[in-house]
Amino acid sequence: MQKKLWIILAMVFVIPGLLFTASCAKKAVKEDTSLSQQAQDEAAEKARQEELARQRAIEEARLKEEAIQKAKDNFLNEDIHFEFDSATLTPDAQEILKTKAEWLQNNPNVKSSVEGHCDERGTLEYNLALGERRASNAKSFLVDLGIPASRLITISYGEERPADPGQNEAAWAKNRRCHFTLN
Amino acid sequence: MRNCWIKLFGLIVIISFWAVPGVSRAEYDYVDISHPFLRKIPMAVPLFKKVSSGHETDQLSESASDLLAETLEFTGFFKLLDRKAFLVNPQTDTTFVSVNFHDWTSIGAELLVTGGVLVQDNLVEIELRLYDTFKEQLLVGKRYKGQVADIRKIIRRFCSEVIYTLTGDRGIFNTEIALVSTGTGNKEIYICEFDGYNPRQLTHTKNITLSPAWSSDGEWLAYTSYAKGKPDLYIKNLRGNRGYVVAKKGINTTPAWFPNKFELAATLSFSDDPEIYLLTGTGKIIKRLTYNKGIDVSPTWSPDGKSVAFVSKRSGTPQIYIKDLDSGQVKRLTFQGRYNTQPSWSPRGDKMVYSGMENGHNNIFVVGIDGQGLIQLTHNEGDNESPSWSPDGTLIVFSSTREGPSRIYVMTSYGTDQRRLLVLKGRQTEPKWSPRMINK
Repeated sequence: MQKKLWIILAMVFVIPGLLFTASCAKKAVKEDTSLSQQAQDEAAEKARQEELARQRAIEEARLKEEAIQKAKDNFLNEDIHFEFDSATLTPDAQEILKTKAEWLQNNPNVKSSVEGHCDERGTLEYNLALGERRASNAKSFLVDLGIPASRLITISYGEERPADPGQNEAAWAKNRRCHFTLN
Repeated sequence: MRNCWIKLFGLIVIISFWAVPGVSRAEYDYVDISHPFLRKIPMAVPLFKKVSSGHETDQLSESASDLLAETLEFTGFFKLLDRKAFLVNPQTDTTFVSVNFHDWTSIGAELLVTGGVLVQDNLVEIELRLYDTFKEQLLVGKRYKGQVADIRKIIRRFCSEVIYTLTGDRGIFNTEIALVSTGTGNKEIYICEFDGYNPRQLTHTKNITLSPAWSSDGEWLAYTSYAKGKPDLYIKNLRGNRGYVVAKKGINTTPAWFPNKFELAATLSFSDDPEIYLLTGTGKIIKRLTYNKGIDVSPTWSPDGKSVAFVSKRSGTPQIYIKDLDSGQVKRLTFQGRYNTQPSWSPRGDKMVYSGMENGHNNIFVVGIDGQGLIQLTHNEGDNESPSWSPDGTLIVFSSTREGPSRIYVMTSYGTDQRRLLVLKGRQTEPKWSPRMINK
């Protein structure tokens, strides 16, 4: 009887003890791994942050590059347009010219040609003069916004270089324009 | 004048004069030069008589008589009668020297031109006579000798004699026409003879080249070219390889030579505004002619050089103005229509031809210098632009898109006999009639 009691007692104490040590032992092991794990995680996190930052920087640079290219493309591709037989700058044209002036301010080493064009109606020589008036007015507007006149050259092409060869109102409207190029 | 007949290249032209009893324009009022096209004079030009025989004689006598008929018809003064109606066969009819005028008056011919052709080796001897059939009189007779290849020159010279006899003026047979054509892919300047023969390319800029203008002596041609990337004015000598350039900033265009001087007017925009200036033939500014902010372009001189007409937008729309150079006064000429450009002052001094645009279509108009007598010469067949007078003021050359692509046309100063001059590859525009050329 007493033996049995000791055995039970032992079991009552030993087994949980064992369990305890076992879990303690586990715990001890756990603690060890989480420490290095933590370090690893922190390192990984740091790396990820750096990577993210780098990606962001690249993205920003790319966006900036894109914006520069877009602004340049806009400068080259966005023409201003005119009413028939008129060299007057419309409000739309003035807005576009303001953007162009801005771009020219941001790129101070650049020189530009302002081309003046007409639609095919009207007569050849008159259209050469009208194209010149259009280019001249656009140039004056930019000079008034602070661009030195020496950075701008005017060239009239009259009706000689239409953007659209069509013979309808839509084509003619496209052809009555000032177009900017870089020298 | 005799010196004109002596050529350098072995062409022998011999003139024999028949004794022609004092014919002068004052005696015979054949062509009323102030209204030359009211009535065309019926004229007969039968096939020339073959004095020699052989295939070359056959060909030449036929082509020469056809060419003579065509060339006289070109003036617009004559109605050439159909050979089928002729009663006389020049080959079998032995009376080359004495004409049976009744054979001609009975078919309605008032003027008769006969010819006799002899061809030997490469030389041709051709005798040509102009008769008034109703007065039964020989008006002018000439005999020419030359190379077969020069038959066109010979025919033209005789036509000159015919027109001189009938009108007192030598006509336009020694003139040429400059024009712009896109055949090479770029606008370049070409020159052809007054009737469209022998077109040849003058400029080879491989860029946009336009707006030709002849000096009064026919030795220089001014034009605008983008050869250096912008519209510059070139003044080119037609015989030698030399010239001058006006390359100020902006446009340098619409040259117009001062009558009988080595000076020209042109539109320059270096002051940031297109204005008209007078330049020396070497391209130096003599003085400024217009002082108006806004478009001033396309000068044309009166034949006495005392006035210059031009296009200006000073009243809001493109109109034609005349400036008196002595007084400096500027008067407006055109009041009808909202777009009048491309003026050309008649060499006779009394009229201005120009193109007026209405509803998007261009047509040619003529008006007196006093502003009276406005007539519309073309009527809405395509776009009709760029009119230019012949140096005797009887014909107008212009461009027209009535057939589709732009072509060169000729008409009388009254707008009659509108016909196409020539067809080249591409589109032809901006014709300019030369002055009388001394060596043609």
